[in-house]
Amino acid sequence: MFLLLPFDSLIVNLLGISLTVLFTLLLVFIIVPAVFGVSFGIRKLYMKTLLKIFAWATLRMERGAKEKNHQLYKPYTNGIIAKDPTSLEEEIKEIRRSGSSKALDNTPDFELSDIFYFCRKGMETIMDDEVTKRFSAEELESWNLLSRTNYNFQYISLRLTVLWGLGVLIRYCFLLPLRIALAFTGISLLVVGTTMVGYLPNGRLKEFLSKHVHLMCYRICVRALTAIITYHDRKNRPRNGGICVANHTSPIDVIILASDGYYAMVGQVHGGLMGVIQRAMVKACPHVWFERSEVKDRHLVAKRLTEHVQDKSKLPILIFPEGTCINNTSVMMFKKGSFEIGATVYPVAIKYDPQFGDAFWNSSKYGMVTYLLRMMTSWAIVCSVWYLPPMTREGEEDAVQFANRVKSAIARQGGLVDLLWDGGLKREKVKDTFKEEQQKLYSKMIVGNQEDRSRS
Amino acid sequence: MGSRSSHAARIPDVDSIRRETGFSQASLIRLYHRFQALDRNEKGYLSRVDLQQIGALAVNPLGDRIIDSFFPDGSLRVDFPGFVRVLAHFRPVDDEDNGNRDPKEPEPLNSRMNKLRFAFQLYDLDRDGKISRHEMLQVLRLMVGVQVTEEQLESIADRTVQEADEDGDGAVSFLEFAKSLEKMNIEQKMSIRILK
Repeated sequence: MFLLLPFDSLIVNLLGISLTVLFTLLLVFIIVPAVFGVSFGIRKLYMKTLLKIFAWATLRMERGAKEKNHQLYKPYTNGIIAKDPTSLEEEIKEIRRSGSSKALDNTPDFELSDIFYFCRKGMETIMDDEVTKRFSAEELESWNLLSRTNYNFQYISLRLTVLWGLGVLIRYCFLLPLRIALAFTGISLLVVGTTMVGYLPNGRLKEFLSKHVHLMCYRICVRALTAIITYHDRKNRPRNGGICVANHTSPIDVIILASDGYYAMVGQVHGGLMGVIQRAMVKACPHVWFERSEVKDRHLVAKRLTEHVQDKSKLPILIFPEGTCINNTSVMMFKKGSFEIGATVYPVAIKYDPQFGDAFWNSSKYGMVTYLLRMMTSWAIVCSVWYLPPMTREGEEDAVQFANRVKSAIARQGGLVDLLWDGGLKREKVKDTFKEEQQKLYSKMIVGNQEDRSRS
Repeated sequence: MGSRSSHAARIPDVDSIRRETGFSQASLIRLYHRFQALDRNEKGYLSRVDLQQIGALAVNPLGDRIIDSFFPDGSLRVDFPGFVRVLAHFRPVDDEDNGNRDPKEPEPLNSRMNKLRFAFQLYDLDRDGKISRHEMLQVLRLMVGVQVTEEQLESIADRTVQEADEDGDGAVSFLEFAKSLEKMNIEQKMSIRILK
């Protein structure tokens, strides 16, 4: 023990120095390409290797399950029950036909059996509905070596456990500190850079520098999350005087879009670190930040946005009309506010691949810090971004129809389910007007149209 | 490892639930996940509010009545066995149920009679075993909202009770209800199949 002492401190020093050198090299290796916007393709290679490992892991688990004569739990994204897509009228006619022997004519009538339709529909929604499952993370079909996505843990063999342990070590002890260092660098560069640019007089130089400072810092943040992004149709990127509209899955959406384009952000003024970042950013170029009190006043919000959009020298606005984070399997109702302004809308579809790390922020379950920690300890964030051709409001359309048209285009491109439900259902109950529509349909069946009645 | 385990041992009393309801282990695991998804605050039971938050159920005209069926005798909570017991009424009828059945054991929850009983209790609010004209009116009103006048509804209710009522007591008992629906393919119309 005594003999080791003098060598002890030497070894510790050597270790410390080599780790620091390694770390700095890595940082430089990653930050320099970010500054110039180039990529070495290392992340794509990383992704391919991981995919092979995941496939192997799932095979092992299936084998383990077969040995015990059980079946693996396989999640279904399209629902757990078999449904027939028939309308209210068809279903009730079917039920009546099967129940009575008398000939079915079209006179409106009521049967005791009509209740079965509503009863069964109600039970189906209790077993499985379209909305509730959109507010929790999507379930994966094969395991990605993260304990948080594991549903079949009792089938894990020793080899898999070792692999999983190795994964934990790599993610928490190597990737996490690296990512935190990168994030720290990115954010401080953003604050310092934009403040410095803010001192310059308004002009071409300021614009140029501001754009590049923003882009550079967002690119560093993208690498801080190991986000592997594929951009499609970049020729459709939003231009000045337009509004960029995208589906919302997490706060990371902003970083992903802003690292490929120069946008004016819209949002509420926050306190703390966010507030510092917001105040610094607005010095370099005009973003639209609202005070908490102003957010409630819809006319004020619309006025400021319209002013911004009409000034052609100002940047395109980035807005997420769903108003809340959805789990990236569907697109929910778009709020009509941004579609009433009358500017050209540039839709963007963002689709994450949850295999490497689920980016969905379940705000009722995790706070911001926990969420960021989960992001930074995932393997990677992989996503595809499609820039869709610009759309404008056509002749007879009102804002709601226009919003739905844009929403369908985004859903189609991203391969997401297009839902009419409001994302606000996460926290509130649904409005009664929808129930009235069902009641109207059914009344027609038992009473007929009002005109027929008054004639007879 | 993992907060959402599929292991059947996580479900309390899984064997007795299986025997009582007839659901397969795989179906029970899926229903348990659904129960957990609806139980937003992880209380371990569901309250009325949890079910009322399902958007598609709230727009169903009979939504409230259906929710009531989960809370018999004025209880305010439903645990997983209670939840599955109600859903078991909608399990599709397969032949092995009828073949292996021991006649001394109670009828399975998804028998034709039990499915009819479930539908009957949606009409029979005061659980007195009869659907009175007043109860019929109430259900009709729920299903049509404000779209139909009171006179029209009353005439429909009168006619329906008259047609089904055999012993002339002005109300529809369960047996009369079952008789008027004897030709209906209840097994198919009141069944929901869970994917394997």
